[in-house]
Amino acid sequence: MCGIVGLFLKNPALEGQLGAMFTPMLIEMTDRGPDSAGIAIYHDAAPDSFTKLTAFHPAPDFDWEAVCDSLRTEFNATVHDRRNGSHIVIATDAPVGKAARLIEDADPRVQIMSAGTAIEIYKEMGLPGAVAAQFKLGAMSGSHAVGHTRMATESAVTTAGSHPFSTGLDLCLVHNGSLSNHNTLRERLRDHEGLSFATENDTEVAAAYIANRLDKGRSLHHALEDCLNDLDGFYTFVAGTKDGFAVLRDPIACKPAVLAETPDYVAFGSEYRALVGLPGIERAKVWEPEPAVVYSWGGRA
Amino acid sequence: MAGGANVTVLDLEKEDLRAVNQRLQGADAGGGPFRVLHPRGAHALACGLTAGTEVEIEGHTGYYCAGMNEAARVTVKGNAGVGVAENMMSGEVWVTGDASQSAAATAHGGLLVVEGNTAARCGISLKGGDIVVKGNVGHMSMFLAQAGNLVVLGDAGESLGDSIYEARIYVRGKVASLGADCIEKDMREEHRADLRALLERAGCADADVGAFRRYGSARELYHFKSENLDSY
Repeated sequence: MCGIVGLFLKNPALEGQLGAMFTPMLIEMTDRGPDSAGIAIYHDAAPDSFTKLTAFHPAPDFDWEAVCDSLRTEFNATVHDRRNGSHIVIATDAPVGKAARLIEDADPRVQIMSAGTAIEIYKEMGLPGAVAAQFKLGAMSGSHAVGHTRMATESAVTTAGSHPFSTGLDLCLVHNGSLSNHNTLRERLRDHEGLSFATENDTEVAAAYIANRLDKGRSLHHALEDCLNDLDGFYTFVAGTKDGFAVLRDPIACKPAVLAETPDYVAFGSEYRALVGLPGIERAKVWEPEPAVVYSWGGRA
Repeated sequence: MAGGANVTVLDLEKEDLRAVNQRLQGADAGGGPFRVLHPRGAHALACGLTAGTEVEIEGHTGYYCAGMNEAARVTVKGNAGVGVAENMMSGEVWVTGDASQSAAATAHGGLLVVEGNTAARCGISLKGGDIVVKGNVGHMSMFLAQAGNLVVLGDAGESLGDSIYEARIYVRGKVASLGADCIEKDMREEHRADLRALLERAGCADADVGAFRRYGSARELYHFKSENLDSY
């Protein structure tokens, strides 16, 4: 099953309320996905030449300070860190690829959730309400957010297998459905495009595919259109970039989706009930996205 | 809706869904009318009504609204989620906005009117109900429909009437494509009379019956034949 929600603010005056508007949307989708939940939130842009890396370690007493110190000494870099539950956001001017490798090599259980100037990804096993509370999602500000509540069908219930997936700077993807050609596509991306994968999850392959298309200069809108040719299976996707937001359903529209738009925001929910708490929803344009049509806002769309 | 003074107002912001459904289901024949406020996309609202109750729902509903309806007249003033009026037996369900997928799935009787559009699989496995959609219908509408009528004043999506049995489809606009074993058929006077009656019941008596085309089963795939394998 799974639930997806997304909120893209068109009115910057609402940015302080993003988390407060978004959290009830995520929690409403609990019965579509009680196994785990995840959020990608775009906010608090890092200063020029800095990248934010969001990382996870399951042990509450993991020595993140030592990791930050080794970043400082290894790269002679400036490092700011901010703990949030089982996650940490590390902002650094060290080269992003090398910094990510150093962080991941610090302990086998460390995982990098996202990298970019604005994106932070938080995900955990458990009920969406508990996950939102752990990360104090309700108090977060930002420009847009994408969330997922997972009922696992295709790979194990783990933190790493939770959505959203990010395989490119500031890119995130959430997925409701299951892909049927992800193994061949993973091989193709690994062998011909030199990409690497952290999980056996189908959505990670789709995220890598989209990141690869973006790297080749495609816009988010066009990268999602490319999915229609190369991905096989069931999917409703919601994707975010630093300043963009897009939605795509497979050509037979297997998985549910509702969009709502007002002058202030664009909101996505697997079901309308996820959107009912949003301000002005009574007057919003509410519609079901057509199958095989890409909807996009912001960015290079 | 009948006289304001007698209307019972049920508010889903104040009462829980099960309590509201029990009030609606407990109404005697001719009971009500009811006005339901703040449906907030709730699932299975106004399901299983078995009396001639009149229910008006002010807002968008979730899955299976007015499912299994018998005799009641349910109006959704907004959009309806997946499976509105699914397995309806009789009565009338009216949606002023759009309806999601599988509207009136397996309905045995009654009338569903959608003022806007419906998504995919409208009337899937229809067993005798009538559907009038004033906008467009999505792909695979009337898939496996066995009996009943679908009237579309707008356009129909891909694979209309795939594997249809003895149900009838009338479309005024364009049909993206017909599904397996679905063909266009002649409009005879009996069809024009049926269509005229349906349009009248749906409040569009002024629509020109002559502008519609009729689609139904070619009856080639009723029984499995190996030479038809490519058609499935």
